[in-house]
Amino acid sequence: MSDSAGAAKSSAESDGDSAKPPPRGEGLWGEFFAFCRQGELRFQRCGECGKWRHMPREACNACGSTAWAWEPSSRHGRIYTWTVTHRALHPGFADDVPYAAVIAELDEGVRITAQADGIDLADLRLGLPVQVVLHHDGTCRIAPR
Amino acid sequence: MMDQSCIVGVGETAFVRGSGRTVLSQVAEACQRATADAGLVPSDVDGLVLSGNKVFSEALAATIGMDNLTYSVSLHHGGANPVAALQSAAMAVTTGVASAVLVPYGWNGYSETRISRGPDGGSETVAASSAEPVTGDDTMSAAVLNAYAPMGVFAPVQFYSWLATRHSELYGITPEHTAEIALLSRSNAQSNPKAYMRGRPLTLEDYLASPMISSPLRMFDCCLETDGACAVVVTSAERARDLPHTPVYISGVAEGHPYPADEFESRADIADIGLARAAPRAFAMADVTPADLDFAQIYDCFTYVVLLQLEALGLCGTGEVGDYVSGGRLRIDGELPINTHGGLHSEAHVESLNHVVEAVRQLRHEADLQVDGCEVGLVTGWGNFAEGSAAILRR
Repeated sequence: MSDSAGAAKSSAESDGDSAKPPPRGEGLWGEFFAFCRQGELRFQRCGECGKWRHMPREACNACGSTAWAWEPSSRHGRIYTWTVTHRALHPGFADDVPYAAVIAELDEGVRITAQADGIDLADLRLGLPVQVVLHHDGTCRIAPR
Repeated sequence: MMDQSCIVGVGETAFVRGSGRTVLSQVAEACQRATADAGLVPSDVDGLVLSGNKVFSEALAATIGMDNLTYSVSLHHGGANPVAALQSAAMAVTTGVASAVLVPYGWNGYSETRISRGPDGGSETVAASSAEPVTGDDTMSAAVLNAYAPMGVFAPVQFYSWLATRHSELYGITPEHTAEIALLSRSNAQSNPKAYMRGRPLTLEDYLASPMISSPLRMFDCCLETDGACAVVVTSAERARDLPHTPVYISGVAEGHPYPADEFESRADIADIGLARAAPRAFAMADVTPADLDFAQIYDCFTYVVLLQLEALGLCGTGEVGDYVSGGRLRIDGELPINTHGGLHSEAHVESLNHVVEAVRQLRHEADLQVDGCEVGLVTGWGNFAEGSAAILRR
């Protein structure tokens, strides 16, 4: 099991821009981000019924099983929805505005939230093919594909 | 539970920016006013249904002299709390666990919490996202602190924009449609002496010129941030008949939660808002249909949230709300007046409790902007990640 305090600390240290809040990284979230920092995007997949899940959970809400594995994501998906933030609500994002926070639906069925990277804001639309890329700070971004 | 309990007292403080008072002081004042309005004294009130943890039942009871507390509970569905609290209060007085229940809410939404000011404003969730030691975890913390804040998403104006973007893209909702909610709210507030925005009319041009905060929501899509408190008293229908005011019956009441309620990503459909689950149960309990409503007070933290709730209530079909809100249907002289006090948008933000207070005054036929002859009304609540609540009230 991960050391949740250690996960949060190393996430902060990996990013020179300390003004942006790093993931808290407790418990199963710490395990998720530990894979991200290794350059891997993995989600929980139920060991009984095979259902993928994200956000991390202690059990499968389809079959109740507490058996799971962290399996590699396809990383490919489509935009499900988004918002373009024009007013920074945190000083760490003041230089980023306007920026898009996208929810993407991936081929394995899970959805993931991440900032868009490399997508013209005018091109955002439902169903736009995208891919998840891993940022140097160990968090995800939504990029064109 | 239909018509077995009544709202018999209402009260509020002034709605201001900069109260200079503690939350407890304001909540106590609202409770005292509501209790007196009900023709009761604090010793008569033995139940408290609170919202969140800004005020504890022990301290509130000790402040106002409730020396006979038999039932206290605190809810954690954000702005959905006060209407959901009516369900808990109705159950308590119907079962005899309590004889009279106060439902209060108050906060310094401007001078302390102030979400729009960002983390420095002190919102528990947002402040906790800034790598400080985490205090005050709530139902949203795991998602916010791991998935949203690191991506620049901190506040309801951003969460609900995810719902609004998808809905507007699918169904062609325009800024003029959302503007209608802002404009009718501000117009109604002009008749309300308590409304923070009385004396400050709003035009479509003002609305369209207001800055985008997080698309598609502009500044004038956002509700007020104010300081203040409200309270209502619930008792049994039998006891209500002996009290001074026309009883307002809780005909139907329900809470509803999206699934999962603690994040948006895993919902089969992000449009699965709590109210869509609560409303059918509230209507069924009250044995009324949306067509029977004489008015509705619809939770309006943001204009678009009102549009989503109009569909969830079954007032129009999915995707039809653009046409539905056009043509003045929801104005004070229209088919279904909504937010007759100005709502959170133009009166004050006291979660959904100022909506409840206004609904009671409408049904007593004592409102500032009265819906003539109204008999049945609806109040909704909405909070956190789109949890919902609904109450059908009648005189």
